[in-house]
Amino acid sequence: MESVEGVARTLLSFGRLSRGLPFGRAHGLSSRDPLLPLAPRSQENADPQRTAFLLRKQWTLYSVTPLYRFSNAHLRDYARLLSAFIAAEKQKGLAVEVGVELDIKVAVSSLPYLKGSDQDQAAILVQLSSRSPASPKNSEEKLIWSGWFCCVSGDDISKNVPEDFTCLPLFLVNGAECYTSIVGSWFQKTFDCSFRRLAISPLILSWMAAMWTGCKVDKTASAIELVFSVPCLPQPLDISYAIHPEDAKALWDTVQKTPGEIIQEEVDVFMDCLYSHFHRHFRIHLSATKLVKVSTAIASAHCDGIIKFLQSQYLTGVLMLLTELAISQIE
Amino acid sequence: MQRRQSFKTQKQPLQVHCKNQTDLSAWRKGGRIDPEKNVQSNQSPNNQKNDSKQGSLEQALSYFEKVQDRVSLKKNSVLQKHLTTVESIALQSGLPPEAFDVLLNVALSGKLADTVNTRLLKSLLPASVIPETSVVSSVSWLCVSKCSGNIQLLFLRWLIAVFDFIDHKEQLHALYGFFFSFLQDEKMCPYVCHLLYLLTRKETGEYIQLYETEYHFISYSGMQSYLQALLSLYKLYCPELVTITLPGKMKTYFKNSEGPWKAGINTVRRRNQENSPVFQPLFLGTAQPQSRKRKWNIQLIIPVSSTNTNNLEEDEKKYRVDLYSMSESFRVEQLQTFSQLLQNIHHLEFPSQMGSVLTNPLLLHYMNCIKDESIYLRLYYWMGQTLQEECTWCSVDNNQGEEEFKDFLETVYKTECFLQEGFSSCEEFLYKSLPLWDGFCCRSQILRLVSWIPLSSFSEIKSHLYDPLAQFFFTSSLYFKCSVLECLKELLQNWLNWHVIHLDSESDSQVHSSNTTHSELLNVVAELIHFVGWISTLALRLENNPTFLLYFILDFYETACDMYLRYNLPLLIMPPAGVFYPALLSMDSVSLNQLCYIMYRYRTNLVAAKENELSKKETVQFRFSNQTYQEYNQYITAMVGCLWTSSVFQKDIHPQGLRMDDELLKKTAVQEFKNSFNIVYHPAMMGYAVLFLQQAWPDDTTFNFSLIKGKKWNWYLEYLYAHGLKGLKVFIESSINRVSQASHRKAGNVQV
Repeated sequence: MESVEGVARTLLSFGRLSRGLPFGRAHGLSSRDPLLPLAPRSQENADPQRTAFLLRKQWTLYSVTPLYRFSNAHLRDYARLLSAFIAAEKQKGLAVEVGVELDIKVAVSSLPYLKGSDQDQAAILVQLSSRSPASPKNSEEKLIWSGWFCCVSGDDISKNVPEDFTCLPLFLVNGAECYTSIVGSWFQKTFDCSFRRLAISPLILSWMAAMWTGCKVDKTASAIELVFSVPCLPQPLDISYAIHPEDAKALWDTVQKTPGEIIQEEVDVFMDCLYSHFHRHFRIHLSATKLVKVSTAIASAHCDGIIKFLQSQYLTGVLMLLTELAISQIE
Repeated sequence: MQRRQSFKTQKQPLQVHCKNQTDLSAWRKGGRIDPEKNVQSNQSPNNQKNDSKQGSLEQALSYFEKVQDRVSLKKNSVLQKHLTTVESIALQSGLPPEAFDVLLNVALSGKLADTVNTRLLKSLLPASVIPETSVVSSVSWLCVSKCSGNIQLLFLRWLIAVFDFIDHKEQLHALYGFFFSFLQDEKMCPYVCHLLYLLTRKETGEYIQLYETEYHFISYSGMQSYLQALLSLYKLYCPELVTITLPGKMKTYFKNSEGPWKAGINTVRRRNQENSPVFQPLFLGTAQPQSRKRKWNIQLIIPVSSTNTNNLEEDEKKYRVDLYSMSESFRVEQLQTFSQLLQNIHHLEFPSQMGSVLTNPLLLHYMNCIKDESIYLRLYYWMGQTLQEECTWCSVDNNQGEEEFKDFLETVYKTECFLQEGFSSCEEFLYKSLPLWDGFCCRSQILRLVSWIPLSSFSEIKSHLYDPLAQFFFTSSLYFKCSVLECLKELLQNWLNWHVIHLDSESDSQVHSSNTTHSELLNVVAELIHFVGWISTLALRLENNPTFLLYFILDFYETACDMYLRYNLPLLIMPPAGVFYPALLSMDSVSLNQLCYIMYRYRTNLVAAKENELSKKETVQFRFSNQTYQEYNQYITAMVGCLWTSSVFQKDIHPQGLRMDDELLKKTAVQEFKNSFNIVYHPAMMGYAVLFLQQAWPDDTTFNFSLIKGKKWNWYLEYLYAHGLKGLKVFIESSINRVSQASHRKAGNVQV
């Protein structure tokens, strides 16, 4: 704990680096603003059953620049071409014929209900499933990789690009990296777009912690867990800080001045309260460490850009924040 | 068989030829080919070890080349040794192109036992490429059937596995018929089918007809999947010739031939990819992520130009035609020459990835004539993402690949020069990354990119560019300061060129009037010149007026003083006193001469502006402020008083000028203080005066400068002009009114 001062400086520099992050919009939000996960619209759109397959999975986040000449009318053709491309990549040097089914099946479909506004493009889901060559055709296919492109309330970018471009700035992946690589390469080649990993800064993570603490969940909620990593140590040292959700909610309610509106100062106060509580018990200044993970009943997020959605009613709300992050990375 | 035999003899000269071409002997003497060397040195840090390895490989190769009779492996330790050498080197770093000829020859000639041949074939892993000639000669060995059936099969499998590594394939395509004849061999058929599949092109149509004649043979042996594969390809190219119906779906057409070579080939692929990031095709699939950071999409690869296959707008039928024959449009892969570009410009398609234009000058030409927003937008997104992702000082854990990034920045800069236009993605990248820059990494590339920041009315250029640049400028070496000044001069010139071009096309384009007004642009240019004036003043003080620095500063003003006449920009800004006086009192004639030239150009521009103002009163939108004329007059008074009339201490009226009381001057104890800065006594000129005296009065050794007057004064001027002081010449001829030339008085008048 001696090097606390040096560490504090590192943390400060995070605040400086994250300039241009999308909090301009967050200041003085009205309760109608859909940035808050309580937006009624998202609830009515996202049918819990239809989005269930997106929950409780780890999704790795990417930002994607607008797709050039992408068309919703050709999803089946895309599936065919992509499947040929995958076969070619998987078996370099072996022959492949376009249109012939191989042991990896590709499905490209549209998720029209994953939207924030009318301006948003419908989300696109890509699924790879495998069939064992031995079993007959109607045997069960095993889902081995899935990825989806989406845009929830990304009006800032959707409005500003010409017709030829499709804005789906957020790409979420679950599955082996080798398939991500192949699918990503194909999209890059075919629609002239670029993928970049989307990391979540500690500043954003603390926002998520505050925002999600304030959300109501019906069932008995699990604990809120914050994971901090202590920098500049020879061995990695992580500190896990679990708080009872009702305690955290009570704290947040005292901090938040206007319901339905969050400002940076409130987030800072909330986190400072948690830090001082921790310091009282363990004599450790968490402000000198780096927040790497936030887990709540709504979702959990890791600074490496990995997210897990846990509540379908808050899905679009979380996606909206992530869309904003993705847009700020590609612009 | 007879035919095959003769083929072998026919091919003999070719074999000799290919030996010359690959120049094995040169390689043996130690004169290894450079790309190989690069691969080696990249490969392992301990070169010594490598050298000894190379030596033993050389020995092994020469052994295999000379080996005559059937040697038993068990009894011959020499053979064992060399075989092991070849195997171990092949596995570690791959074999050089020259080795393939020797090893294929020995393996297929049947001189040695099959166990040896098998081991040799299995170790044939390329370090970089496989020469086509060695493949061709081994096919001829295949035709004479000296080796066993198993070796023939293994060779075919090897050929399929390493197909992508053969450097050319033209001659191999010419052997299509020979491979085709092997179809009759039942054992070889599966592999030959695969090979033909790889070799088949649309032009190979004649064989498809041949294939039809063999159709009966096929139907006997049952429809094997590999035959189906080849047939389906033929059907794709020439649907009218292949009549049989093929079953719709099949799982795998060909047996996997890569088996024994797979691991080695993957290593070679990865290595090739690392060595030439720019010119390798996009190759993301099987490469392993090399580190935490080097994930799949984070390799700095400029994509290769390839046709956009995403052409699904038409109906299914037409789409098929488009995808395979491309009869309508001209494919970018075919575009090789400028004349092709001109002929096909009306139906040329842009590549599927716009980033590939960076390495394709022909497409850049094309881009120059197409006004399409989407082209620039695609390039903008790709470049913006690549720059940010690869920037070595922006992303925390990207500390490798500085060279790679440098090359990329260099390529971007060259493209900007080619298009004579800056990229906005580059501009944004600079604004984002300059505050984090160490001022050292990729310095010259960054400064070059700065010089291509587009001229726009962007109001925050000060905080985004000038502020960080000033920090580096003041805290860095003299050399860095000069580079910054140089790049800002380039920036000014690029802006002015842009302005001239857009002024010309103003009538027919909407670009100019759309977002920026003329006066805003003037303000941006003025801001740059004031910034340079400010940093120059401070730098001269910090560095104690070195001539080197002064040269770069005055170089900038050589462009700035001529903006009105040369670039039609109604803006003139005088250098600050902190630049003017150090140049005027410089110890170096080069600086003084430069200053004289600059003041002459200012005068010419100002006089022209005044005349235009007087004559065309209707268009006097942009008037030079009186302050500019005033400043010019103050400077010119000081200059003439200094160099000519020896009255500077009285007449200089600039607040930071040289005006001094006589009392004060007397205290300096300099006797002839009045003329101490005229063209004879000025410290920058005194050298010339001395040489002039020596020539004019060779016997006089007293260096009596006062002799230079009257007629001699004029001679002295001629002497100076003859020694290259052209700036001084134009200055004196324009700015000093020599009242009466005939009387040779050295008095002059200032005219403004």
